[in-house]
Amino acid sequence: MSAPIRVPIRVLVAKPGLDGHDRGAKVIARALRDAGMEVIYTGLRQTPEMIVNAALQEDVQVIGLSILSGAHNAIVPRVMDLLREKDMADVRVIVGGTVPDEDAAALKRQGVAAVFQPGASLAAIVDFIRQSVAG
Amino acid sequence: MGPVFAKIMDMAVAEKQHTTISGTPIEPLYGPEQLGDFEARRDLAAPGEFPYTRGIHDTMYRERLWTMRQFSGFATPEETNRRYHYLLQQGQTGLSVAFDLPTLMGYDADHGLSEGEVGKCGASISSLEDMEILFRGIPLGDVSVSMTINSPAAVLWAMYLAVAEQQGVDWKAVSGTLQNDILKEYIAQKEYIFPPRPSMRLVTDTIEFGARHTPRFNPISISGYHIREAGSTAAQELAFTLRDGMEYVEWALVRGMQVDEFAPRLSFFFNAHSDFFEEIAKYRAARKLWAYAMRDRFGAKEERSLKLRFHSQTAGCSLTWQQPYNNVVRTAIQALAAVLGGTQSLHTNSLDEAYALPSEQAVTIALRTQQILGYESGVANTPDPLGGSYFVERLTLDMEQAAGDYFRRIDEMGGMIAAIEKGFPQSEIANASYRYQREVEAKEKLVVGVNAFQSEDQPIELLQIDQAAEGHQVQKLAALRARRDDARVRKALDALRRAAEGTDNTMPFILDAVRAYATLGEICDALREVFGSYQETAHI
Repeated sequence: MSAPIRVPIRVLVAKPGLDGHDRGAKVIARALRDAGMEVIYTGLRQTPEMIVNAALQEDVQVIGLSILSGAHNAIVPRVMDLLREKDMADVRVIVGGTVPDEDAAALKRQGVAAVFQPGASLAAIVDFIRQSVAG
Repeated sequence: MGPVFAKIMDMAVAEKQHTTISGTPIEPLYGPEQLGDFEARRDLAAPGEFPYTRGIHDTMYRERLWTMRQFSGFATPEETNRRYHYLLQQGQTGLSVAFDLPTLMGYDADHGLSEGEVGKCGASISSLEDMEILFRGIPLGDVSVSMTINSPAAVLWAMYLAVAEQQGVDWKAVSGTLQNDILKEYIAQKEYIFPPRPSMRLVTDTIEFGARHTPRFNPISISGYHIREAGSTAAQELAFTLRDGMEYVEWALVRGMQVDEFAPRLSFFFNAHSDFFEEIAKYRAARKLWAYAMRDRFGAKEERSLKLRFHSQTAGCSLTWQQPYNNVVRTAIQALAAVLGGTQSLHTNSLDEAYALPSEQAVTIALRTQQILGYESGVANTPDPLGGSYFVERLTLDMEQAAGDYFRRIDEMGGMIAAIEKGFPQSEIANASYRYQREVEAKEKLVVGVNAFQSEDQPIELLQIDQAAEGHQVQKLAALRARRDDARVRKALDALRRAAEGTDNTMPFILDAVRAYATLGEICDALREVFGSYQETAHI
């Protein structure tokens, strides 16, 4: 009896807004890749439209948004709206960066699956994505 | 294995690492045998003497303490101006302007891409009018001002010089520093607008203009800070920064300037990270390497051309979200390293900066940290107190060697721009940053409160950026556009475009555009039309 073929999880790591601090996005992208996922990194300065289009084209199950500039409240809701408009509400959105607790709670109410704040471990992020996609 | 025992095992693994935060192994003990041929009595010149390993002045802080310069800016220029008056009242001795992301990227507050970002990471400046407000009541002939601006630096500097003009201050008396270091943007911070070569032309224009008109202003601050924040090692920070510096020197020489005309006004900016002795060695090696490079590679004759002067800032990336009060301690240790390394000016981060821009209370503690170092600790009483230490001298020599190896590799690639286009410094940094994160993950490196000694945190009070800032800036800009002389603006922008297409120094043309109240976005658009925009190839 052969083991079931496991299709790798596909993740889009995106850096929206004007900020160029991509250390976190790149570390996460590498960690997810090392954990066996297929990672597409968008590069810098992506608008919500560009991100959602890339997610559609690349047929990803997860979008990871890295935001350190404080612009999360302006950017993330637009990504969520666009996903709903395009019938892509099944794509899990996770946010990483300097997002205060109140804002993190508000983003989750809008459908964000998880918000990882500074100090979050790579293992916790990998595990969350695996469980979230499996469940 | 019980949880308590597992914890003890974690500590034991980390305790046995004995590497610097950059991953350099440290010997069990340092003595004369670790120094080989190097003999401090013979090979270590006194402070103020070539190659300045021990400091650029013979008296160092006995004469004058470092400049305590807290980087700040948020929301509107009106609010930031109030913060500046507060900081000056608290005994701060220089100002340092933080601009918001739209300003850093050359977009006006009313541009589509600015939405949600106005005033978030710094002050929003779209026109000369905003710059006038930013420095209202601050005499630019007396206060030195540092401006953290890179791709559009020439434009913001022109606005600053125009405000000085309005105040009746002679440009010869204006002192301060423009960051204006575009190379580290391609390498690390990624706030670029134009491709590398036209960007370098703009930087060279400002260096040339400064040498002629603003003898007390540093037209560039060649920065390792952001390289380190992006995850580099200490040696990479040192090597890439100094090699960037050499690239600027080469461009100015090609322009036809004499090295001693501009070299005395080149300034540097380094990170003050957590590994205490490694950082001190980095600053000492930086002075030595630069002195030799200026003398032997570029033939500088004037002593001032050989002396590396630097600003330092404690490491933002070392601040933790968990147990934020610990950040006061981290910052104090990092600041002490910068002082023992002979810094000329210093910014200390605030305890709440893993969360947000700092509150007034937090920034006051950060400033008090410097004042305690300067006035209570006694470390300012004598220059380079660690000079001659077997350990510090060995680390300094190692740092020098590691940087020299990188210089050779980058020279072989054809210089820093060629290296950047190959993605070389970028990938070196990304590899180092991932390696460090893996070490933290494996608990080979412990971060107090994050992967060890965790506890529940109490929430702290954070600075809230006024959501009305964006609307206020957009309205002000609409009013400005309605009342200014559009014909004059158009004429100035046309002249700038022609200058950019040719080889004239662009600074006088940018100044004319700024004086006509052309906006930052309009001026950058004129330059974008000529120079094009830059997009990097993203690698993981």
